[in-house]
Amino acid sequence: MPLTQEAVRAWLQRCAAVLEENRDYLTQLDAAIGDADHGVNMDRGFKAAMARLTTLNAPDIGSIFKTVGMALVATVGGAGGPLYGTFFLQLGVKTAGKQELTPQDWAEALEAAVNGVIARGQARLGDKTMVDALLPALEAYKAALQDGASFVEALARSAAAAEEGMKATIPMVAKKGRASYLGERSAGHQDPGATSSYLILQAAAETWADVS
Amino acid sequence: MVALVIVAHSAKLAEGVRELAAQMTQGRVPIFAAGGVDDDILGTNAERIQEALAAALASSEQVLVLMDLGSAVLSARMAIDLLPEELRPRVRLSQAPLVEGAVVAAVEASIGKDVDEIEASAVEAARMPKVT
Repeated sequence: MPLTQEAVRAWLQRCAAVLEENRDYLTQLDAAIGDADHGVNMDRGFKAAMARLTTLNAPDIGSIFKTVGMALVATVGGAGGPLYGTFFLQLGVKTAGKQELTPQDWAEALEAAVNGVIARGQARLGDKTMVDALLPALEAYKAALQDGASFVEALARSAAAAEEGMKATIPMVAKKGRASYLGERSAGHQDPGATSSYLILQAAAETWADVS
Repeated sequence: MVALVIVAHSAKLAEGVRELAAQMTQGRVPIFAAGGVDDDILGTNAERIQEALAAALASSEQVLVLMDLGSAVLSARMAIDLLPEELRPRVRLSQAPLVEGAVVAAVEASIGKDVDEIEASAVEAARMPKVT
């Protein structure tokens, strides 16, 4: 069974809940190598997004993602605003006019979203950013579908790859964002952006664990 | 005349830089501030920047955007992408430091320089000796 509008909304709600639960954790990670606001920023952004969704009578899945993207752009505040804003706006572009998403639809939407983040932030794999969680997650998802894995299995492998990518940021030296001002001293800390990206993809795997 | 947009993490900082640059030019140059997530929360807000860009583009053919740190650049780029496509080439992001750059850019704009000349002078402002 493909993903419906309700399933998409359930994922976003879970994202908001998980980001609220991990607000202090994300902020602590950011305090070590950045400006100590990532958790607060993401929590504020997703709360604003949920408020806008409550009053949205969405004609399609694309408009749900677009609403979330614009809310994040206007309320997150740090680099996460334009980066996650772009992520969700790109999901919205690829799912415009759709009432449901197949596993292949999700592959195309996720690909556009991850490429959008890369284009916006100009980060490469290994720069200690969101990309270190997102890109392996995208590749794992696409590979799983090609292997004939189920939607649920592909989502689980994608989240596992994001987690591995997140942990791999620990020894990295930051090349982007506020953390890059620290140079070598940024090594030894897990990247907060990669962590929030993992949490968001893990939320998808959990929310959609019973879709098909 | 070229208009300026000031992007900073703090609404107060953006407004203060706008004030400083406006004082140098007695209000002859259109300068718009787009600081903070809102008036109280630090950060940058692409929607707020987009509104400032739209106002600046309504008053001027060309707009130069001066920014503070980090996500200011990302949010400014995002704000440009939120504009109608035909307006985007009329906006330029400046490499200049925020305070010195804004003051120099305002002075240059007030004497009718074009956006390339203004940007060159604003960037040069970073090398002006402060303590002699």
